[in-house]
Amino acid sequence: MLNSSLQQLGSALRAGNISSVELTQLYLDRIAALNPTLNAYITTSAATSLAQARAADARLADGTAQTLTGIPIAQKDIFCAKGWRTTCGSKMLENFIAPYDAHVIAQFDNAGAVNLGKTNMDEFAMGSSNETSYFGAVKNPWDTARVPGGSSGGSACAVAARLCAAATGTDTGGSIRQPAALCGISGIKPTYGTVSRYGMIAFASSLDQAGPMARSAEDLALLLNTMTGFDERDSTSLQRDKEDYARDLNKPLAGLRVGLPKEFFAEGLSGDVGKAVETAIAEYKKLGASIVDISLPNSKLAVPVYYVLAPAEASSNLSRFDGVRYGYRAPDYTDLADMYEKSRAQGFGAEVKRRIMIGTYVLSHGYYDAYYLQAQKIRRLIAQDFTDAFKQCDIIIGPTSPSTAFKLGEKGDDPVQMYLSDIYTIAVNLAGLPGMSIPCGFGAPNNGNPGMPVGLQIIGNYFAEAQMLNAAHQYQRATDWHSLAPQVL
Amino acid sequence: MTWEIVIGLEVHAQLSTRSKIFSGASAAFGAEPNTQADAVSIALPGVLPVLNKGAVERAIKFGLAVGAHIAPRSVFARKNYFYPDLPKGYQISQFDLPVVGQGALTIQIEPLSGPSTGSGLQPYEKVVRITRAHLEEDAGKSLHEDFHGMTGIDLNRAGTPLLEIVSEPDMRSAAEAVAYAKALHSLVRWIGICDGNMQEGSFRCDVNVSVRRPGAELGTRREIKNLNSFKFMQQAIDYEVQWQIDTLENGGKIQQATILFNPDTGETRAMRSKEDAHDYRYFPDPDLLPLDITPALLEQVRATLPELPQAKRNRYIGEYALTAYDANNLTASREMADFFDMCVTAVGPSNAKLCANWLIGEVSAQLNRDALDMAQCPITAQQLGGMLLRIADNTISNSGAKEVFRTLWADGGDADMIIEAKGLKQVSDSGAIEALVDGIIADNADKVAVYRSGKDKLFGFFVGLAMKASKGKANPAQLNEVLKRKLGG
Repeated sequence: MLNSSLQQLGSALRAGNISSVELTQLYLDRIAALNPTLNAYITTSAATSLAQARAADARLADGTAQTLTGIPIAQKDIFCAKGWRTTCGSKMLENFIAPYDAHVIAQFDNAGAVNLGKTNMDEFAMGSSNETSYFGAVKNPWDTARVPGGSSGGSACAVAARLCAAATGTDTGGSIRQPAALCGISGIKPTYGTVSRYGMIAFASSLDQAGPMARSAEDLALLLNTMTGFDERDSTSLQRDKEDYARDLNKPLAGLRVGLPKEFFAEGLSGDVGKAVETAIAEYKKLGASIVDISLPNSKLAVPVYYVLAPAEASSNLSRFDGVRYGYRAPDYTDLADMYEKSRAQGFGAEVKRRIMIGTYVLSHGYYDAYYLQAQKIRRLIAQDFTDAFKQCDIIIGPTSPSTAFKLGEKGDDPVQMYLSDIYTIAVNLAGLPGMSIPCGFGAPNNGNPGMPVGLQIIGNYFAEAQMLNAAHQYQRATDWHSLAPQVL
Repeated sequence: MTWEIVIGLEVHAQLSTRSKIFSGASAAFGAEPNTQADAVSIALPGVLPVLNKGAVERAIKFGLAVGAHIAPRSVFARKNYFYPDLPKGYQISQFDLPVVGQGALTIQIEPLSGPSTGSGLQPYEKVVRITRAHLEEDAGKSLHEDFHGMTGIDLNRAGTPLLEIVSEPDMRSAAEAVAYAKALHSLVRWIGICDGNMQEGSFRCDVNVSVRRPGAELGTRREIKNLNSFKFMQQAIDYEVQWQIDTLENGGKIQQATILFNPDTGETRAMRSKEDAHDYRYFPDPDLLPLDITPALLEQVRATLPELPQAKRNRYIGEYALTAYDANNLTASREMADFFDMCVTAVGPSNAKLCANWLIGEVSAQLNRDALDMAQCPITAQQLGGMLLRIADNTISNSGAKEVFRTLWADGGDADMIIEAKGLKQVSDSGAIEALVDGIIADNADKVAVYRSGKDKLFGFFVGLAMKASKGKANPAQLNEVLKRKLGG
């Protein structure tokens, strides 16, 4: 049951082979047993989840069930869910009970899915290792001495460790794809504007995009069908016809032009990852794809540009956390300014404060033109690189992250090293393109450490999600990296 | 040596939309605190702004009314600062790309008395250039009373739509500043985009004042914030101008500052100096798309634009041969002009001057006495017109008309019926008047002799006698004519 696809789970539920309550209880029991070790969830509420499961069972019985009805899904703790504590991984919102549902939550509720709990994440989605969470680091289920990636590390861990059937994540600079890669699962960040950001706590509004994380491309397609759609409450939500992301899954890949950006295979890429990705490229050739060498000349600027723009937006987005109306307020203060300063100093962690400081700086009078405006110009150049590249190829593939999962604490003192683990994913957010990661092998074991999963990144043109999922699904039919589960559990 | 006064205004006009500018919450004034504060108004985590189209239409309407360029694309920006009644920690406004560009407003100046009055006491006309007008949201209110050392926050007003209208520093006296503010106040109500209620803060003025030697560079300005009455505006400017002149003449320097006017003391007081000025870190709001105004929308709004005061004023002078004074008064408000237009429709253009006299005279005076505004006028244009027709055709005398008017005002009804019921029809039968005059001449032979010897002033005495004899019903013009002829012997 734990390794069944969502399609299979749905069939089993609709056939009455298992009830949603039983399935939900199965996951709740696993969470109770394993979460103390893995720390994938910040909040669970068995009573709430089981009540949803009972409602799902009623729908399953009366024939109104949809594809995901009764299936337990883990929700990243960045989505407001009515009645649920919604912390965004921060002390600032440690006791914040959301009074409304995010669009994503409502979509899953309407589909009859069960909310299994809120998954751990880097504080306000700022981090690549899940170590910035106020609620403690998440452990990689393949090796609990290692990080699961971030910021959607809790979701990635929960999917990999079979603590949920599937999960949601958000991706501002790689926060779905990098943890998916490090935990050996599949995850997709769709085109910016495809999934409503309403109710998703903002980090960097022009980059944030929600997406699903699951064990296969096939599952991702079903989840995307539920998550996407126009929402008038988000002005950046795109008004497009509803599409079936599973429609092209079984298309053969013959004739598919796969672009390899030379910049993604240069200095900085670890041997382990490079080897696994090369093997995957060979597999694509076998499947009938043709390989095209391409260049994304400005992609080297993606990390610096991102670390101007994302903190700029974040510094403003996080201003609402001021201790006045909700959230953490320092217990002792002398006046208004002191209340602000102490509440924010105590309520935010170091990485969040670092980014607020950077963002405040780059927007300041006298620096705005040199940093913010300049970064916006380069952002357009980066997007143009992709536009040019997609004249030569249909999809782009390469590594998701330069290395496999690193050890907890290994990069804690060096933010720049940490930032570089998103070197291949960030450009995709800056361009607003869809990107995904699927497992494509493991690094070599060394010194008694097991080999850790490697992620293959697939980047598509705007709205090419169905095509990307097709490419991923055909690869997953030919390989079994995605179906391997971590043994320690 | 004389000083030249330089004044520019920033006016915040609250747009008369039902809901707020970025959410569906009611924008009505006067509700219990925080009952109109929805999730967006209190800036819950994850909420997003959605622009109210009605606010945009009103901004366009204003732009068209002042002949301004309407930007085909304008941008919302975040103005970042911390204050407890600013829930997001930033105000959504427009910065370098406002919706309304340069325009102009023609004003009529009635000189005021006071130290900052412009030279010459004749009314004159002036064109004030409008720099720009932009859309923004209002903040909430901080309530410092009634909370015993604490501050209460009411977020009902947070997010109500404002149009900030910025003028060039074109005003050269308090009289001009007040005339501009009044003209603007009249215009926004005229075109129906703002209720203009100054008590409720729907129309607030910030006045930038500086002084200089004629021909010199602009002096350093101080900004008087939040004036909500024209009387206070004049007082504040007068005080401020004198203060600046005194300061400079005593060898002091003006520091740029934001100041408040205290109506109780009649003085201005510095609130903060330039050194405390915020760095607002403006940047484009990534939650909102650029505001694109299509030619179609522009034309749609243009079609709703009424005849504007300036055009109406010129038409009254041209078509009806009214004086500038009359035309100004009649176009002081939309209600007045509409009343006048309806009245003229009822009595015909040849009687337009009569309508003007009554509206500016008796009707305005009576409204004043009863503390009513034009919209609350107890008599209709048709009722007044009915009475004016009887004046025009000599059925009633002026004093008879006043009697009719009093009755219409107090009890309503119809002029003809009142004339009939009160027997106010004047005697225009020339035979009857001649007989009456003959009688008076016969009865007052001595006075007639005196008159004929050159004492012209006695004429009034005969008029009085004749009127009395006719019980006030004699047609005065006719009576005058007959008296003059017969007394002349």
